[in-house]
Amino acid sequence: MSLIEEIDYGTPKSPSEKMITLTIDGNEVTVPEGTSIMRASMEAGIKVPKLCATDMVDAFGSCRLCLIEIEGRNGTPASCTTPAMEGLVVHTQTQRLKNIRKGVMELYISDHPLDCLTCAANGDCELQDMAGAVGLRDVRYGYEGDNHVFAKAHDVANDRWMPKDDSNPYFTYDPAKCIVCSRCVRACEEVQGTFALTIEGRGFSSRVSPGMHENFIDSECVSCGACVQACPTATLTEKSVIEIGQPEHSKVTTCAYCGVGCSFKAEMRGEELVRMVPWKDGKANRGHSCVKGRFAYGYSTHKDRILNPMIREKISDPWREVSWEEAYKHVANEFRRIQYQYGRNSIGGITSSRCTNEETYLVQKLVRAGFGNNNVDTCARVCHSPTGYGLKQTFGTSAGTQDFDSVEHTDVVMIIGANPTDGHPVFASRLKKRLRKGAKLIVVDPRRIDLVRSPHVEAAQHLPLRPGTNVAVVTSMAHVIVTEGLFNEKFIRERCDWDEFQDWAAFVSSPEHSPEAIHQLSGVDPQALREAARLFATGGNGAIYYGLGVTEHSQGSTTVMAIANLAMVTGNIGRKGVGVNPLRGQNNVQGSCDMGSFPHELPGYRHISDESTRDIFDKLWGVKLQDEPGLRIPNMLDAAVDGTFKGIYIQGEDILQSDPDTKHVAAGLAAMECVVVHDLFLNETANYAHVFLPGSTFLEKEGTFTNAERRINRVRKVMSPLNGYADWEVTQNLARAMGLDWNYGHPSEIMDEVALTTPSFAGVSFDLLDREGSVQWPCNEKAPLGTPIMHIDSFARGKGKFIRTEYVATDERTGPRFPLLLTTGRILSQYNVGAQTRRTHNVVWHEEDRLEIHAHDAEQRGIRDGDWVKITSRAGETTLRALITDRVSPGVVYTTFHHPTTQANVITTDFSDWATNCPEYKVTAVQVGASNGPSEWQIEYDEQARQSRRIAPVLDAAE
Amino acid sequence: MDSESHKSTATKLVYMANQIATFFHTQPKDEAVAGVADHINHFWEPRMREQFFAILEQGGDGFDPLVIEAAKHIRKPGLVSGAS
Repeated sequence: MSLIEEIDYGTPKSPSEKMITLTIDGNEVTVPEGTSIMRASMEAGIKVPKLCATDMVDAFGSCRLCLIEIEGRNGTPASCTTPAMEGLVVHTQTQRLKNIRKGVMELYISDHPLDCLTCAANGDCELQDMAGAVGLRDVRYGYEGDNHVFAKAHDVANDRWMPKDDSNPYFTYDPAKCIVCSRCVRACEEVQGTFALTIEGRGFSSRVSPGMHENFIDSECVSCGACVQACPTATLTEKSVIEIGQPEHSKVTTCAYCGVGCSFKAEMRGEELVRMVPWKDGKANRGHSCVKGRFAYGYSTHKDRILNPMIREKISDPWREVSWEEAYKHVANEFRRIQYQYGRNSIGGITSSRCTNEETYLVQKLVRAGFGNNNVDTCARVCHSPTGYGLKQTFGTSAGTQDFDSVEHTDVVMIIGANPTDGHPVFASRLKKRLRKGAKLIVVDPRRIDLVRSPHVEAAQHLPLRPGTNVAVVTSMAHVIVTEGLFNEKFIRERCDWDEFQDWAAFVSSPEHSPEAIHQLSGVDPQALREAARLFATGGNGAIYYGLGVTEHSQGSTTVMAIANLAMVTGNIGRKGVGVNPLRGQNNVQGSCDMGSFPHELPGYRHISDESTRDIFDKLWGVKLQDEPGLRIPNMLDAAVDGTFKGIYIQGEDILQSDPDTKHVAAGLAAMECVVVHDLFLNETANYAHVFLPGSTFLEKEGTFTNAERRINRVRKVMSPLNGYADWEVTQNLARAMGLDWNYGHPSEIMDEVALTTPSFAGVSFDLLDREGSVQWPCNEKAPLGTPIMHIDSFARGKGKFIRTEYVATDERTGPRFPLLLTTGRILSQYNVGAQTRRTHNVVWHEEDRLEIHAHDAEQRGIRDGDWVKITSRAGETTLRALITDRVSPGVVYTTFHHPTTQANVITTDFSDWATNCPEYKVTAVQVGASNGPSEWQIEYDEQARQSRRIAPVLDAAE
Repeated sequence: MDSESHKSTATKLVYMANQIATFFHTQPKDEAVAGVADHINHFWEPRMREQFFAILEQGGDGFDPLVIEAAKHIRKPGLVSGAS
């Protein structure tokens, strides 16, 4: 094991296909036109000394270290800013260059502390390396002169000196060590796109400044870590490196937060994680990260982690720690007892979208082969199940059509019901990069999300629709495109069913779908809607990105179909830069669906009623699978309340906090006789559990995650599971206790079984992934290295299917009692139910959920910013503090759901998508009023949670 | 035990079936009946369909006429093996 060293080529890769050849230090080098001489040199293995250049950002030419000489040209140009040209003869090391470089380094070092031995960057400092590279032996100027290094000179305060800023919880800024190379400033601009950093002052007074000479924590900084990664010295340093020291080995692995699926190097010292550094070859993130993946891993060793299995008879009892053997035996006995007593279909399982593909596959296998039923579901039920359904109906595949690189070729981006800068930050950075280069943006969202207007990004159109009217608005866009003759007839004739198109075109053309006609219900300005539709149809490559603001509605599946229609009618399918791109919520929600987690589908989206598919598994598993669909999560809870569903195995999901209508979820769980929770922490669901099996983190196991672009990425074990076992081992042991003869020795064997049984995964193996880094399914004989873009020549289902999408108002309506519409979402620093991020320093940015309310609505109710307010819906009530903002329109309020004390889902109702039962989180009619503090339910709940988390003290064994 | 927000399973099933019907009402006529039936056959677990037929036998109060029309194409669940 060793540290993975990535080559820094100094400047970004040139996209040109034209190759040119030049000579550098006597070596002929052939590179794409537009490549810098610095990069060309590095490709030939020649390291030109450099400080201000790094290949994540554009060349800047400020450090004067990378100078070269070119035959026939005057002077000593900087190799980073000088493009390579055909026939150039370049010298990187001459006496003249040596003298200049040494002189430059001498100046740098004369204003830099010489505390190398105790410096956190010792061993990882480019300034140190360059001093060595140029042969610096002496600093003639001394260190007494004007400087930024010492707080005092001769007992007089040094005005140029600035103290260290350690306000950010994860990294420090030590201005004394800064060489003003601007790499951090450029990383913030070019890679992250936040523009939080700048250089203040001029000449010798130049300093890096977050915001307007603020602390990092008070500035616009989003703590993505790009500046820290770019810094060549110890000026910006991870606090973990300061505390632990330099890492000695690393492994490439995949982030366990959102559906972007960033690749990271987990840099280690022994089994201690020193830091997570984004991997440049990661095809989803291309070397970038966000505050969660980069820094928020502290939960993995948090003291709240439960490390021993526990059981209890009743949920009012304290927990009792037991051996793994006893826990498995108890679960097996209970499940078998329940099945004997209440029938084979009285138990089920929930797979985790946070766990690996291999673990998910095993849980659904345990349910189907071990429990003998199909009562298995996953958290996609509550997020992207309409995506699966809608895209399967229209295109034939339950997944997005593109890779993330595709955005680099997009001309018009339409974002609907998604807030990428918070929910999918690394994709947002890649998107903003493209927008700064001129791509146009359409935002369809009730809230003015950051992308509507942020530094150097402004949406051409923002359609602030009323929550619940997506179908009306998207169908109306199609109306404009069809009636104004902007559709792509050639594409439609070639790729879609022409008769279906004509039927659909007649449908959308009807006047009731015109922007003017839907204005009353959607609140969207008809002219803006027309402009948006025209732009999307005529602006070049058009790509649609969407999130849970689309799916989590009564008409979630219909909106997905409407989006697919829009992509087809404009011919935006089947090449780079276009497509329909669901932004998946959790790290492996795509994978958990792929692995057969839905009750009606076997791995690879094959319906359970299909005999030939069942036959494959029947033979391999030696069972007879049921041919009927099983219960979905909400149906399981209904059946539990009805008394026909009595036991459940929940791996890594917290349905009590994440699912709608908390009281109903609680009633369902309370009605069960054996609830088994397999998780890192005693989560909210565990309050109703009888057995707790400790889980392991993504750092503690081998496996794969599949991200929103269908990319199968490797997860690699860098430390031993604190609880003793990876989750797949726990599921396997449980299966064995239930009499199944499972003998997987390694997760790769589980993936081999997936490949053997599932055509779209036929070519996937850990060997292939280790060789290629990652692949996107389908990966099989036809596409041995995977499929970055789908539906290129024809749709997976043959002809693309246009489906009529009629707007139907949700039954969740505002009225005199509940006049406001509540919609919910995420914030950058927190993730989902917050079980992980709340146990990290990320709480600095978001320690509580707030209710965003427009000043107009707040004033009517006498609510001031920061006041406690009560929010009431037909389902329940809760309290939280108000945040007055104009990001939401009058009539709309918004909150996040990251904190269990807020209990946002006490308010959400049981309305759900007509096709998939995906809950309607995004529309709840509510009333808001002043409040003195927590609601009765919150107090009761807190008390119940506290009681149910008691663990009986372990008595010292006498023997 | 129906309250404003906590409905009985039967109430929910009627509501869900009608939601499906609402979608297929907007589809071409010849696809609507089969659409509703297929959807329920594909996604409803047997005990849900059992309850569905029980409600239907009691007169099918509250069902959209399209659901009732589709019912003859909805598969009656067979006896599930195991106890109960």
